Amino acid sequence: MTTSAFVEIKNAAKSFGKLQVLKDINLTVERGQIVAIIGPSGSGKSTLLRAINELDPLSSGEVWLEGVQINRHLPPRQYEKHVNQVRQDIGMVFQHFNLFPHLTVRGNITLAPRMLKGLSEAEANTLAEEQLTKVGLLEKIDEYPSRLSGGQKQRVAIARALAMKPKVMLFDEATSALDPELVEEVNLVMKQLAEEHMTMIIVTHEMDFAASVCDRVLFMDQGVVVEEGPPSVIFQNPVEERTRNFLRKHLERNGN
Amino acid sequence: MGLDFSVVPSYFGLLLQGMGLTIAITTGAGILSFFGGIVFAVAALYAPMIIRLPMRGFAFLFMGTPLLLQLFLIYFGLIQFGIDLPAFVAGVIGLGLHFAVYNSELIQASILAVDKGQYEGARTLGLSRSQTLRRIIIPQAVRAVIPPMGNNMIALLKDSALVSVIGVMELTLAAQQAISRTYRPFEFYLAVAFCYYIINLALEAGLRHVERRIKASR
Amino acid sequence: MDTDLILRVYPFFIEAAWVTIQLSILTTILGLTCGALGAAARMSRSWILRAIGATYVSIFRGTPALIQLFILYFGGPQIGIQLDAFEAGVIGLGVNIGAYMAETMRGAIESVDKGQREAARTLGMSRGQAMRKVILPQAMRLMIRPLGVNINALIKGTALVAAISVVELTYTAQRYIGSTYKPFEMFMLAGILYMIIIYVVGVVIAWLDRKARIT
Repeated sequence: MTTSAFVEIKNAAKSFGKLQVLKDINLTVERGQIVAIIGPSGSGKSTLLRAINELDPLSSGEVWLEGVQINRHLPPRQYEKHVNQVRQDIGMVFQHFNLFPHLTVRGNITLAPRMLKGLSEAEANTLAEEQLTKVGLLEKIDEYPSRLSGGQKQRVAIARALAMKPKVMLFDEATSALDPELVEEVNLVMKQLAEEHMTMIIVTHEMDFAASVCDRVLFMDQGVVVEEGPPSVIFQNPVEERTRNFLRKHLERNGN
Repeated sequence: MGLDFSVVPSYFGLLLQGMGLTIAITTGAGILSFFGGIVFAVAALYAPMIIRLPMRGFAFLFMGTPLLLQLFLIYFGLIQFGIDLPAFVAGVIGLGLHFAVYNSELIQASILAVDKGQYEGARTLGLSRSQTLRRIIIPQAVRAVIPPMGNNMIALLKDSALVSVIGVMELTLAAQQAISRTYRPFEFYLAVAFCYYIINLALEAGLRHVERRIKASR
Repeated sequence: MDTDLILRVYPFFIEAAWVTIQLSILTTILGLTCGALGAAARMSRSWILRAIGATYVSIFRGTPALIQLFILYFGGPQIGIQLDAFEAGVIGLGVNIGAYMAETMRGAIESVDKGQREAARTLGMSRGQAMRKVILPQAMRLMIRPLGVNINALIKGTALVAAISVVELTYTAQRYIGSTYKPFEMFMLAGILYMIIIYVVGVVIAWLDRKARIT
């Protein structure tokens, strides 16, 4: 048990069948820190993120949230209750939004607070309006997701996650599925969250964004953390060869 | 013997009563087949093995044998158990269960086809497995198969004529009553066919309306 | 489970099953014929034929088969049609299932890639030639499984003739339920025989389907 570490991952390992995707990862995130995880596809970065809220539980290793360990070894029913409880404190935003198509935006945002935190309809509605105003989409509150653009859907998804007042927000390639002109509006919301000192772990391909927002950058490759440090170091003067290669290829591809 | 349709109007009252019962049976069995379908589907996918296996056998049996035979079984079988149900109830149960099984197959496939991301989105918010099923997965799965379930409803309406055989005074039996007094089968069965056709058209229009409303919210 | 009873009466059920099989075969043949005619009518260039086809399909799919059977068997004599129950069963059910098969066939034909039609016509074939040499052969392959579904429904539909006293499986089951008060045993006996018939037909359909795909 360490210090004021908000999220801590110790000796994380994960295999899918014979394929070992994570090999002994250690990660510590302080309260209010914003950490970016970059790396080629297959490096295990999404898997690591998804292990934090037990979406893809680790094969071995520990996950600690605010000094409490997520206990993977409970009997099934207790484990379920435990994990459901923990997940209320962790917000996640997906590459493909995963909004509920049969509910309006309002419905999407108020569902979990009403079901899990016992908010009344009025309280939930106020909460929804607050969160939507924050992401700049209040006027869409009674629309169905199918009527929204990609960027709008993702902002609603962020509002939905925020409505549960999480302690940490996980972003799994939140802008990778968006048309380029829609990326900025989502980045703005994320920047805003950063300014409000939300603890964030961001898996991303957007190096510029990572550089401008994050306190720390982790470069992962083939299941291990190759290098980590502040953006100024990682992006300007990476130590490791692999990091340099990855960044170079990325720059070539994006014509920066 | 020839045809003489003039006898039909004097039996309008009787036929109307029969129509009322046909609509009642169709509605009752329809509701049973809708909710029954959901229950069976969830059980078939998520219940423990000890329930799932007999269910598969039961579904297999109900889909592989004629509805009429099943109606006989339920009506006379229940009497054997000491439950003396009115034919109407046996008819609604028989029709309802029969179509519930068919609907269940549709719904099962649809549940399995719901995007995995929907589970993840819901579980990530902290919803339990059953909450996710109830509020996120099943609503979407059922919405997706309303059209084919609608077709089942239409089949149900037509099959409701079969409960006349176990003595329910719906449209078909009403016609038979009229025939027993006038000896004019052609005229009355034709009239009754017309009635079914009209109810069918109304049902189809209703279903199209429902389908359109569902499309609006997708 | 009264096994003695089952052993005593099963021969009657086997006999009745045979009647069911005969009904099924004859009805299928009639159904396929009506279906082909109906589909052709619905896709014809003449609007009269199209209207007739659409009306046929709409009426026979929009009213209960039982009523159609009753009109034919009980009402037939009034317009000069005297059929015995078996005949009425075959004709009534055959024409009924024909309406469903017409739609199945039409669906299969329309689902053949539009490009096929265009290619054939561009080569100079007439509409009829394109249909016969290019579209239909492909549609046949696509039809087999869905027609199998229709036939499946048909086999179960033969039970309706029990209502006009044809001694087939369901009639026999009902008769013995009435005299022995053992509905479950009689249901199982009839049910198993129906399922065997359906299973065998299913195997044949699957085989036909596989053969059609190899070419």
